[in-house]
Amino acid sequence: MAVKGLDIFKLTPKSNCKECGFPTCMAFSMKAATGGVPIEKCPYISEESKELLSEATAPPMKTIKVGSGETEKALGGETVLFRHEKTLVNKNLFAVELSDAMSDADVDAACAKLEKVKYERISEPMFVEVVAVRFAADKDKFVALVKKVADCGKIPMIVTVDAEVAKAAVAVAGAKAIIMGATKDNAAAMVEVAKAADAVLGVSADSIEALHDLVEEIEKLGYKNLVLNVGEASIKEAYANAVDIRTAAIKGNDRTFGYPSVVFTNKLAPGNINLQIALASAFVLRYGSIIVMDEVDFNAALPLFGLRQNIFTDPQKPMRVEPKVYEFNKPTGKDPVLVTVDFALSYFVVAGEIERSKVPAYLAIPDAGGYSVLTAWAAGKFGSSVIANFIKEADVASITTSRKLILPGKVAVLQGDLAELLPEWEVIVGPNEAMQLPKFLRDMQA
Amino acid sequence: MPYKKVEQKFSGKINVCELGVGDAAISIGGENSLPFLGTEGFKTAVGIAISDTTDEWADCFGTIYGDDLKNPAALAKAAVEKSGADFLLIKLESADPNGADASVANCVATAVAVEAAINVPLVVEGCKNAEKDAKLLEEVAKALEGKNVVLFSAVEDNYKTIGAAGGMAYGQKVAAESSVDINLAKQLNILLTQLGVKSKDIIMDVGSAAVGYGFEYVASTMDRIRLAGLGQNDESLQMPIMTNISGEAWGVKEAVSTIEDAPEWGDQEARGIGMEVSTAAACVVGGSNAIVVRHPESAKTIKALVAGLVG
Ligand code: B12
Ligand code: SF4
Repeated sequence: MAVKGLDIFKLTPKSNCKECGFPTCMAFSMKAATGGVPIEKCPYISEESKELLSEATAPPMKTIKVGSGETEKALGGETVLFRHEKTLVNKNLFAVELSDAMSDADVDAACAKLEKVKYERISEPMFVEVVAVRFAADKDKFVALVKKVADCGKIPMIVTVDAEVAKAAVAVAGAKAIIMGATKDNAAAMVEVAKAADAVLGVSADSIEALHDLVEEIEKLGYKNLVLNVGEASIKEAYANAVDIRTAAIKGNDRTFGYPSVVFTNKLAPGNINLQIALASAFVLRYGSIIVMDEVDFNAALPLFGLRQNIFTDPQKPMRVEPKVYEFNKPTGKDPVLVTVDFALSYFVVAGEIERSKVPAYLAIPDAGGYSVLTAWAAGKFGSSVIANFIKEADVASITTSRKLILPGKVAVLQGDLAELLPEWEVIVGPNEAMQLPKFLRDMQA
Repeated sequence: MPYKKVEQKFSGKINVCELGVGDAAISIGGENSLPFLGTEGFKTAVGIAISDTTDEWADCFGTIYGDDLKNPAALAKAAVEKSGADFLLIKLESADPNGADASVANCVATAVAVEAAINVPLVVEGCKNAEKDAKLLEEVAKALEGKNVVLFSAVEDNYKTIGAAGGMAYGQKVAAESSVDINLAKQLNILLTQLGVKSKDIIMDVGSAAVGYGFEYVASTMDRIRLAGLGQNDESLQMPIMTNISGEAWGVKEAVSTIEDAPEWGDQEARGIGMEVSTAAACVVGGSNAIVVRHPESAKTIKALVAGLVG
């Protein structure tokens, strides 16, 4: 709810004492209403009023921190339903689930997989951030497993409805672990455990109405460090709940539902990894904050991390790299020149492949508006004159003695024009896909 | 305070579009809510894609289809059987003047044979050369008159021919292709309706990209198109959306690299399916009323997803 300057003004003593650094109470109030200065700056507004105001000026959805130190991540804090309205701020996290019912060998294999599936994509590290550990029967084993998860740098999600078990586990889980969690039957005890450990408490209920009641109850118990389980009974319900909870928070200003969500795709599609990938993808778009799966191998990681990276980018500015001549594999002034665009994704894909080829080369990148090869070409930002001008202006001919200029295969049509504009260069059409570059470059070298 | 649902009431409604004829006919669209949030339980149709040019398809398809891979009619039949898809898309890739440059007559014969081999609605995709597709899809429309197929797709440079032949002369459905751009989508729909194609005969092909490869534009384009059609009751954007993600998903490194290329990534088939189901699922919740995939397993997975979402 937007608070007006006038509403704040009414709460000041109207004495214009200037202690807040503003000439008048009115000036202060106007600024405070836009969030430009915290209400706390006026020492004369009563605590009670401040609380009321900070509730009203807070964003509709809370930002919840999970994990600590290196593993710390923020969830929620969104102000819109669709990314074209405003950038989504906190990307979802992915989780896999383990349990004390698993054999040691299975646990080790799962941990090895978590270690293996770690890579960079467009300068962003990609890995599974959270590990859910579900309690089956063996408390000691369970606690040891939670500790193991925390020790190897993952954020533990302690899955149990037993407050005693949760208490023992959270003690070894590191700060801001997640306890999953509270139900109508254990709420008071779980809140106590979570509070004492400063943990994030997950809330589950049988229906969206019951979930709402339970969150209110927990808030009354004085805990607001929560995440909400969208439900495990059916795909239909989980999806509708995820959307309805977020919509209530953003559009309905229902603070009770202003929390991040948790989705257990492994419960919605048990044993079916492809359906879990499909569900996880759907929830990356539609309001999943922590998305749990049976496992995340490369067949799941490659699409899901890529999708997440796409969705949580600023719609206003495409990710770009600086137009210039880049060097790969230590070129020595006699190596060929490849050309691509300044769209970060295109650069990243091409750079990776040139590196993989181990062939020394230069990569010339003109200002192509930050678009992909074909988009830039279709928009007139990656034509033969753009490329030719860049090659001349950057004086590429003095960087290398090679006169081989390799074009992306998708703009083969530029070859003739370019050859005319750059008579001293041999303009070569490269492959369509960057992944064919290693072979192409090695063949050319031979 | 007890929970009160925030209802998103929309004044607009997506057109219903019927594909195919007789027992095989299916209908897509018809919803007046964002995907899967209404009560009428509208269903996204799942299609399986084949092509008359499969040389570059991943090895796993050879294992699945064997020799049928080289025979479009047999491939069509096998693809429908193995996937349980609601409809089939054949891409007449061989027509490409920059590729095999097969004759229009040959390609039309392929389309006719494929239609005869299956008992589900057919979508015929051109070779993506605007000039050739104009002739090709016009002839396909003529040869398959009465079969209510989808001509996939008309673009700005050929919509007159394809629209006149498909939507008007031979009573087929016309897909209007816009490259991930709401304004282009709207403009082409308007041009087609001005030409005389009924809006219930138009399907939108709003474009796609594999997840990780510019998919954010696809997602936002679909969101905006749906919100305009439903929320602002913009009639020029109320056509159902059909998206063929198969070429994009199986075209990126994650799906194309063999196990030898990328040993650390593991099984190629699993990766291809992963890219495909992820891209398809994202389109399905974004608003595609019909989604087309290549691997039978992907089709089954997306059918299960849709069944789950519809409940
Ligand atoms: C996202 C997108 C957009 C985004 C732009 C995103 C961006 N930053 O570029 C937006 C929505 C803005 C857009 C706009 C337009 N787009 Co657009 N867009 C796409 C889309 C869906 C994905 C592009 C993408 O990100 N590709 C991924 C990158 C990594 O690919 P890439 O740069 O080509 O790199 C690959 C290869 O080329 C190769 N490579 C790259 N560099 C090099 C170098 C060498 C030496 C070698 C060998 C290889 C190599 O490696 C990479 C991976 O293999 C494509 C369709 C598609 N699915 O591809 C259409 C597409 C590119 N767009 C198209 C068009 C027509 C347009 C517009 C003109 C029309 C419109 N839609 O409004 C405008 C132009 C922009 C403008 N303002 O005027 C057409 C182009 C048609 C054509 N063949 O010319 C396409 C193909 C869609 C289509 N089927 O019609 N688009
Ligand atoms: S500190 Fe408070 S009372 Fe003093 S001028 Fe500022 S707003 Fe007014």
